[in-house]
Order: sequence, then structure tokens, then C-alpha cells
Amino acid sequence: MTKEEIFDTVKKITVDELDVDENKVTLDAKIKDDLDADSLDVFEIMNELEDKFDIELDADENVETIGDVVDFVKKQVDEK
Amino acid sequence: MELTSKTALITGSTRGIGAAIALTFAKAGCQVIINGRQADIPESLREQLELINANYQYIQADIADKDSISNLVNKIYDTNSKIDILINNAGITNDKLMMRMKESDFDRVLNINLRGTFMVTQQVFKRMLKQKSGCIVNLASVVGLHGNIGQANYAASKAGVIGLTKTIAQEGALRGIRCNAIAPGMIASDMTDALNDRVKDEILNNIPLKRLGNPNEVAQTAKFLVENDYITGQTIVIDGGMTI
Repeated sequence: MTKEEIFDTVKKITVDELDVDENKVTLDAKIKDDLDADSLDVFEIMNELEDKFDIELDADENVETIGDVVDFVKKQVDEK
Repeated sequence: MELTSKTALITGSTRGIGAAIALTFAKAGCQVIINGRQADIPESLREQLELINANYQYIQADIADKDSISNLVNKIYDTNSKIDILINNAGITNDKLMMRMKESDFDRVLNINLRGTFMVTQQVFKRMLKQKSGCIVNLASVVGLHGNIGQANYAASKAGVIGLTKTIAQEGALRGIRCNAIAPGMIASDMTDALNDRVKDEILNNIPLKRLGNPNEVAQTAKFLVENDYITGQTIVIDGGMTI
């Protein structure tokens, strides 16, 4: 699975969970600062991604931007 | 929360307070998931449930074991697709004076009463977040608030449950999930039935209402906490005034 494909899914889930404009969901966007998410929002996005890609994401992983999330998911998908 | 057609999981509910809570919620129209470590539901409880035409299911699981909890929660979601109400009732005692208490005595009680409550809640909470609703009631004890000779492990576990309850309430509030605790005092049980008259008299002397509580009174408190949508993070003491 390519990074672009993962980004599309991350973007869709983020838009659904946070109810934000999809144009704001860029790789550089900071989830908490730019997209106004709280800690539970981040957890819920990761939770959805776990289900979507059938992977286990470590809750302690330090993700700040959407790009971090995409890289993190890509790593887990590649290791499957 | 209106109880009709809701699904309620009550851990450790084959007898005593847990069974009373299961019967109370079943009477209120909930589908109740009864849980215990034994292979099947006790016949007497089955009869009581059948008598009220309860919608119930029994699932064996050991709350001290993470895999067993996962199996329990997955089974419920496979068949019901939701848990609206979680009552963390499973718990044990193993009383000894603190100086004589082995680490294993301490660990075992903490493992079931506190760690077990945490593990069940964590797995159910994840799904409640998706539902954006849910109500959790944890069974604590007055001993968790005031301590008790011979119950260092139990008191520590129940004090921990109260702290856990307040944290879950704060985290859950962000998504419409409530969490409260009940701290019962002396409730009539197989254990109190076995006490001799002298010990019973001593206990009653310390209770202003001059009687033991009954499991049904605790169950009514659980029902009240689930039904009232504006209470969260609280610990309700039900002890006949023992700790006034």
C-alpha cells in the first residue's frame, strides 16, 4: 500500500472524526494545534485506523502531525 | 439513561450484589450479561431470571485474565453489537493483618478488584467511545474510604477503584460516557450469615440504622446512578450510616 493511499484514508477518517474541512488535513497539519483535536480525538482516529488496516497502533507513539500518523500507519502495514 | 432495551454487562454476577444488580436491571427491561468464573449460571439464579422473563446471557470469564476479558467483551459485541451499561462488580477479599499479609495475598486482591476493573473498563470504554454513550458503575466499598483492620489489600484496591472512577468520569465526559462508584458498607451475604451472634451484635452497634443492608438496596443504587444522566465521578456510600 502506498503512502498516498494511506494518506487518503487518514484524511477521510480525520475529516469524519473532527468534522473539519478536508483541505485543512495536509501532511504538515498539526492534529491538536491546527485541527483543534483533543487527546481523545487522536485516540479515536488511531482506533479507526487500527480497524481499517487491521493493525495495532501503540498508544504511546508520539504523533504530532497528519504526516506522522501516515508514516506510523505505513510502518505498521509494511511490517504486517 | 432509559434502561429499556439496553445491554448491561455485570461482572461477577452469579450471586450476592452482582446477581441482585442483574435481576434489577433485567426487571427494568435491560438485556443482562451475567458473568462468573464457573462453567454455567447457578440454577437458582437461572430460575429467578426465567421467572421474570429476563433477556439474559451467561458468559464465563475470569476478570484476572486479560485474554479471558477480551473473549468476554468480543462475545458480547459479536452477538449484541453494543454494551450500554458496564457494572464492574467482580471482586474478592483475602483478609489478614497487614504485617502478616504476603505479597501474593496483596497482589491477588489488587489484581482482580482494581486491575480487573481497569482491564474490563478499558476494553468496553473503547467501544463506548465509538457509540458516544455509555454508563459505568464500579463497586467500591466504605473500606476504600476509611480503611479497615485486616483489609489492607481490599481497602487499597477499593480506594484505587474510587480514583479510577473519577478519572474515567473525566475522560468519558468528553464523549457522553459517565462513571460512578458505589461504596457499600455491611451488606447481608453468605459471609455475614456465617458470623456468630456476638460479632453480628458488634457490627449492628456500629450501624445507626441497626441492620445490615441487602443486595437489592445496592442494586437500586446502581440503577439510580445509571438512570440519572447528570451524575458522574461520584461515590455513593450505602452503609446505613455506619461511616457518618
